[in-house]
Amino acid sequence: MRGLTKLAPEREAALSGHYAAATGAARRRTLLGFAVVATLAILAGYAAEVRPLVLAENIGQFTAYIRQILPPVGLDHPVADLRAWYWGLPSWLALLGETLLMAYLGTLLGALAGFALSFVAAANLVRSRLLRILAKRFLEICRTVPEVVFALLFVIAFGLGPMVGVLAVAIHTTGALGKLFSEVVENIDMRPVEGLSASGASWVETVRFAVLPQVLSNFASYGLLRFEINVRGAAVLGFVGAGGIGQEFLAAIRNFYYADVGAILGLIILTVVCIDLATERVRHRLIGPEQAR
Amino acid sequence: MSGARSGALRATARADLARLRARYPEQFRADRAARARLIVGLGAVAGLAALACWRLDVSLPRILHGMGRLGTFAMLMLPPSPEGHLRIFLHALGETLGIAFLGTLTAAILAFPVAFLAARNVVPNPFARFAFRRGLDVLRSVDVLIWALIWINVVGLGPFAGLLAIACSDVGALGKLFSEAIETCDRRAGEGVVASGGSTLHRIRFGLIPGVLPVLASQVLYFFESNTRSATIIGIVGAGGIGQYLTELIRVLELKQVAFLVLMILVTVAAIDWVSTRLRRVIIGPAAR
Repeated sequence: MRGLTKLAPEREAALSGHYAAATGAARRRTLLGFAVVATLAILAGYAAEVRPLVLAENIGQFTAYIRQILPPVGLDHPVADLRAWYWGLPSWLALLGETLLMAYLGTLLGALAGFALSFVAAANLVRSRLLRILAKRFLEICRTVPEVVFALLFVIAFGLGPMVGVLAVAIHTTGALGKLFSEVVENIDMRPVEGLSASGASWVETVRFAVLPQVLSNFASYGLLRFEINVRGAAVLGFVGAGGIGQEFLAAIRNFYYADVGAILGLIILTVVCIDLATERVRHRLIGPEQAR
Repeated sequence: MSGARSGALRATARADLARLRARYPEQFRADRAARARLIVGLGAVAGLAALACWRLDVSLPRILHGMGRLGTFAMLMLPPSPEGHLRIFLHALGETLGIAFLGTLTAAILAFPVAFLAARNVVPNPFARFAFRRGLDVLRSVDVLIWALIWINVVGLGPFAGLLAIACSDVGALGKLFSEAIETCDRRAGEGVVASGGSTLHRIRFGLIPGVLPVLASQVLYFFESNTRSATIIGIVGAGGIGQYLTELIRVLELKQVAFLVLMILVTVAAIDWVSTRLRRVIIGPAAR
């Protein structure tokens, strides 16, 4: 340390005594917190059948698996290798397009439903407590039941195919976006609303001219964020028979076609990262860099 | 909202519309360019939706037909009952909670140091930061179910694979959120530590960590909540938890038990939601939301 003055010993002892007294309570609380978390972790480890020894023993298999799905592209003729690795590119791209459309349509339908319901669920716009609570509970159910469960049920009702995925994504999105939208609506500036209702506007007109201009950019930003999440979700909905790239991917994993697993996984990761970057850029433009999280 | 008086005001304004229009041309001017942009935008959205409907074979008759069958299923779901499997279901629920808790905890512990390495105000080297960031992105963009399939190959079927899957995909997500929280942290505390002679490690330990820890803890709680939801479905690929039963029972159309399981999930998630909201309020303090 750059020549700091040493304190006198008794002064130092007094100061560190004060410090210990000041931080003692906080430290005890931290320790207690740690103890609680550790106990819960042990209980959870028991429930989830954690076997670290098995993991340590088989971790080689994990690295071997990763190595196996990594591209078999050599330096001698990389282009030909790449072409051989992505032998199914046209059909995979078609399936990936299907997944993207599934995510798009699901997000759009869900956003429309969430949009309509968010105004009903907002405490500052709807006086009726009953109506508000009904809307909130409905959104909660849509949000909590995982989309895969909806997809499993819909597959039986509607038959196999991407439509199932669209509906499952749409319902889940309704719940998730409805909640976020209604929170945005609850945080608006109420003065335009008061102004419009004072000059005799109906409820719909108030929403259109006083609420909508304030919330639309935030809504669009949340919608884009949800689209990105839904692309990821739609990719795995194929696991339960809802079409898209997921079905092909599951088949490759189950049949141990390692090169195909790697190729499709690479395609999915690339798509998700691209959409991630694109939506982030649009979102920043929509709500300004300071507000964007 | 609109009383008789405001109704009268409105009628007067309506009757006087032509003169109002002449007096305030600025207010009534149509913004042609903005309107054209809006129409083109909406047209593109609708066009893409139509394309999606056509490609994915989504049609109203199909939806209506399916709705009818769904209605029948809904009737079959009532009343929800475990039909003697309550013990098994509760055990599976415990497994699910265990997966979610330990998965989140593992992810948080792993993401904590990595997040500092991916934060601009800790690692000024842009290349190292970029590498860590993209690494986290890759972890994050692989879905939990895919991770579960990979880990099943390593540790076999069962909840342990699910736990590892959740941990892997959350390291990516939490690492990103943590590093953003660290970057937005108030830098004055760290500058103070450095000015009084602290090293970089001192700056991180006493200048950064106390500031970001509450934020990180509240994010971890959020993830625990959302992981409880994901942990209910990873059983679909055989990675333990309640999802295993959910899939099987849906396949054999034991819908009363399915409804019971869904209710169990709803209640559990609501309970965790409640607890974690309380905890978050304690952690961040009542001032911040």
